[in-house]
Amino acid sequence: MHESADLLSAPSQRGLILHVMRFSVHDGPGIRTTVFLKGCPLRCWWCHNPESQSLQPEVIYFDDRCIRCGDCVRACPQGALHLNGQVIRDSGLCRGCGECANACPVTARQLAGRWMTVPELLAMVLKDQIFFDESRGGITISGGEPLTQPGFVEELLRVCRMRRIRTVLDTCGFADSAVIRTVSKFVDLFLYDLKLMDCEKHRYYTGVKNDLILRNLKILADQGSAVIVRVPIVPGVNDDIDNTDKLSRFLSSLQLRKIDLLPYHRIGNGKYQRLHLCNRMEGVEPPAPDKMETLAARLRRDGFCVRIGG
Amino acid sequence: MNERVNRLRQGTLETKPRLSVERAALLTEFCRADKTASVPIRRARAFGYIMEHKEIYIGKDELIVGERGPAPKATPTFPELCCHSLDDFQILNSREKISYSVDDHSRVVQRDQVIPYWRERSMRDLIFAEMSSEWKDAYEAGMFTEFMEQRAPGHTVLGDVIYHKGLLNLKAEIEAALSRLDFINDPEASAKRDELRAMTIAADAVIRFAERHAEKAEELAKAESQSCRRAELLKIAEVCRRVPVHPPRDFWEALQAYWFTHLGVVTELNTWDSFCPGRFDQHLYPFYRKGMEDGTLTRDQAKELLECLWVKFNNQPAPPKVGVTAAESGTYTDFANINNGGLKSDGSDGVNDVTYLILDVIDEMHLLQPSSNLQLSAKSPDAFLKRGLEIVRQGWGQPSIFNADMVVEELLRQGKRVQDARCGGISGCVETGAFGKEAYILTGYFNLPKVLEITLNNGIDSRSGKKIGIETGDPRGFSSYQELFTAFRKQLHHFVEIKLRGNNVIERLYADYMPAPFLSLLVDDCIASGRDYNNGGPRYNTTYIMGVAPATCTDSLAAIKYHVLDRKAVNMEELLRALADNFEGHEKLRLLLWNRTPKFGNDDDYADAILQDVFDAFFEEIDGRRNTKGGNYRVNYLSTTCHVYFGSMTGATPDGRCAWEPLSDGISPVQGADHNGPTAVIKSAAKLDHTRTGGTLLNQKFTPQLLKGENGLDNVAHLVRSYFRLGGHHIQFNVVTAATLRAAQADPEKYRDLIVRVAGYSDYFCDLTRALQDEIIARTEHEAFVPAMAETTAV
Repeated sequence: MHESADLLSAPSQRGLILHVMRFSVHDGPGIRTTVFLKGCPLRCWWCHNPESQSLQPEVIYFDDRCIRCGDCVRACPQGALHLNGQVIRDSGLCRGCGECANACPVTARQLAGRWMTVPELLAMVLKDQIFFDESRGGITISGGEPLTQPGFVEELLRVCRMRRIRTVLDTCGFADSAVIRTVSKFVDLFLYDLKLMDCEKHRYYTGVKNDLILRNLKILADQGSAVIVRVPIVPGVNDDIDNTDKLSRFLSSLQLRKIDLLPYHRIGNGKYQRLHLCNRMEGVEPPAPDKMETLAARLRRDGFCVRIGG
Repeated sequence: MNERVNRLRQGTLETKPRLSVERAALLTEFCRADKTASVPIRRARAFGYIMEHKEIYIGKDELIVGERGPAPKATPTFPELCCHSLDDFQILNSREKISYSVDDHSRVVQRDQVIPYWRERSMRDLIFAEMSSEWKDAYEAGMFTEFMEQRAPGHTVLGDVIYHKGLLNLKAEIEAALSRLDFINDPEASAKRDELRAMTIAADAVIRFAERHAEKAEELAKAESQSCRRAELLKIAEVCRRVPVHPPRDFWEALQAYWFTHLGVVTELNTWDSFCPGRFDQHLYPFYRKGMEDGTLTRDQAKELLECLWVKFNNQPAPPKVGVTAAESGTYTDFANINNGGLKSDGSDGVNDVTYLILDVIDEMHLLQPSSNLQLSAKSPDAFLKRGLEIVRQGWGQPSIFNADMVVEELLRQGKRVQDARCGGISGCVETGAFGKEAYILTGYFNLPKVLEITLNNGIDSRSGKKIGIETGDPRGFSSYQELFTAFRKQLHHFVEIKLRGNNVIERLYADYMPAPFLSLLVDDCIASGRDYNNGGPRYNTTYIMGVAPATCTDSLAAIKYHVLDRKAVNMEELLRALADNFEGHEKLRLLLWNRTPKFGNDDDYADAILQDVFDAFFEEIDGRRNTKGGNYRVNYLSTTCHVYFGSMTGATPDGRCAWEPLSDGISPVQGADHNGPTAVIKSAAKLDHTRTGGTLLNQKFTPQLLKGENGLDNVAHLVRSYFRLGGHHIQFNVVTAATLRAAQADPEKYRDLIVRVAGYSDYFCDLTRALQDEIIARTEHEAFVPAMAETTAV
């Protein structure tokens, strides 16, 4: 009964959505629409979506597109912007309202993060239902860490189930175990990130320890949820044999068999500049293809089904 | 491919197109001396004269024989249609793209024989003499083009007649039709008699043409020292004595029967487009199966013969075009297009072993001609689609993919019988027709954004300053989208009327002066009706006008509606001034219009609803209007290379496009205007009611990485199937090359829609850092398929 009361109150709930990406073909089977939620409790050094970390709307600035017309400066209700060679934002004054992005004629200022209701989001997702039907695709909820907004995600998953849209949840696993249990009822497939097996190293590179993450993965494994474990391979961080051995032992113990190895890439580099954030991976090269193959072969020897990319 | 085919293929790739005056000289010689009164009989006799006297070519290694000119790629001219001046010859010889070498002998023949006879007699001269000044003004302004000013009506595709009936059988049918003529009650009986007699003469011309190949082969065999080749030549002679005079008995004869038929049609007249074998896989299957069953044919032999035929197609560049016609269709391809798969006349799946064999041939041959397509029905197996996509992903533009069920629906809506509709397909680029039973004539492209440009200038063509439209009101006075659209509608009506009046005059010129008796005897029901292909003889007679750049037109209307009329953020005066100045000094406004307007191709109903308005307006103006042959006008949407020509004639548009730049192609979104990926493009394109067209063309770009592996193939297969479930007509995929990526780096605005795969992740190319862009360019360069030949053009 308690649950249904939650459901009734849910439609008014809003989620902070970073981006809705159609024809997403790398995050789960078939043609999917990936919904990126904003907000993440982790601060991974290699994060390629740094704009997804904060649980606040924020403005991204594409300096190369900006024509210095000053429309944004005039549009800002807080007086947070001024034009001096380029558009400078006073982050103390900016409230992330997005008026500047609305005023920009060239989309040099874009609002990352929009509060949306479940029906509003569902309508966007349903636009590609015919492609889901054809390809056995569906929705992938990603982030950020989607479970930073647990109520919204649960509601979204429920309505997707109602419309028979297949669901994938892409999570780092750093969430309340009760939340994991609840949402797992409506998730057809988990893409579960596992970055580092060593607890201390995990804390160093992501800002949090990994005990909760490992515990939650065990919960999913024990209850028989469909899980693909995804490991970003970051040179110098987790591409060593020690981490791979530990990963293999842990997943064997859980009887999870599917692993995607995702080579680190530099797609996010430009985003750090646009957000005026410090990029701690500056100068790190993506892992060489034979390095990826070596790691994959190592895990395949232990009986895992391994894909590179994914 | 085997060594023989490899040599033939190299030969056709290395041979440069050249102009041949052989046909023009023979025709002129005949016409100077001939005294025949009846036009069709004179045309048939002229055709017979050419077929009797033209050079017969049988090349080394060839199994399938026959050339339109005296040798491969020696391309004839058709002075009765378009009599080239010596200046034209000079241009053809020296232009950078799509050139034809012209030798001194040709110049002399043209100057001394051809020009003196055909000047002011050619159809081109007759047409321009008959066109009104308002037609000429619109034509010169780039409002529309005219297909028939250099080429004859064609656009026809063969049914299955030649596989069941030899020319002798058809001659017997003609005799029967002659004996049924009713000279008491039918005022047209005499005209029909002449037409039917002309068909008989034309049949004899092709019988003789085949016989001459037999004689030539026998002659070569006598001189041949190698016994193996001697046997082949004797076999060729045997085949040429059999077909097309009699119906073919085996696979080889079936192919040769088609090729002689093809050459007959394209030598009689320069039909636009060329000629096609229709449901080739279905027609050939009984011969293939019989050969396999009685042990007289192997799969390799069948493939070799098909590949020999493919070389023949590629040996025939489109006859040279000049002027506007060269601009609207700038390519060597003559648009013979092989339909694969589809449905059978009983409605069942038409894919068979020959379908897969032909796909293998397409894959191996990599030739510009013939073009090829998949006719994909809901009933077609996935294996068929995926085999086709394996070829598509190599990125040389073939095959394109059609929705066979939608083709049937389009033909049914036009009132065709269901069996005829199922045996239909497409020809040219995307044009729907009932094979073997229909004359569906494309008459010209129609520039939709130009109509809007003239509306915004109250009837004036801003490029020339001439008043070519009607006064539909000063746009500064428009206070609603409805008022704007009503004015656009009136202007559209005005130009469509001009085009239709011109078309009907031209249609009669061809009916009266340029009959095609050989083509007529191949198309149902010309023999039965005693009427020519160009005079309403076929069972169905359709005239098409092709709308160009619906997306540029839509985005332009959307920009005015959104910024000027709805939000009132820009005033009309300001917009018109910016357009008149080609946005010089108004760059901020241009960027606003370009970046911040709801645009077609994003699954956004605001813009897509306007596309539907434009579609409905164009449809209502044209569809169902009567042509002069007892048929109707219809619309379709393709542009070949005409969107570039029309763009060069159209000033700045309200969507932020600068003057003289290309317009959008087919029904594709404006280049760079779609931001939501391919599913959104497909959803937008499917909002157009394809059933009410005779074909639409949708181009999609992809990078090779996106199509990698079985997964990549599946994704694209799903896109195609989904588009077709939504009622789309056609889709084709263009591979993105490193050159395109470099262009995107230089001009990101035009390539905002370009998605690339970066590791396990895809993103918009233009959003990547320069360094990453460079990395992807390097990778694409490495992975991309390198086309086998420079002559491939994507159209």
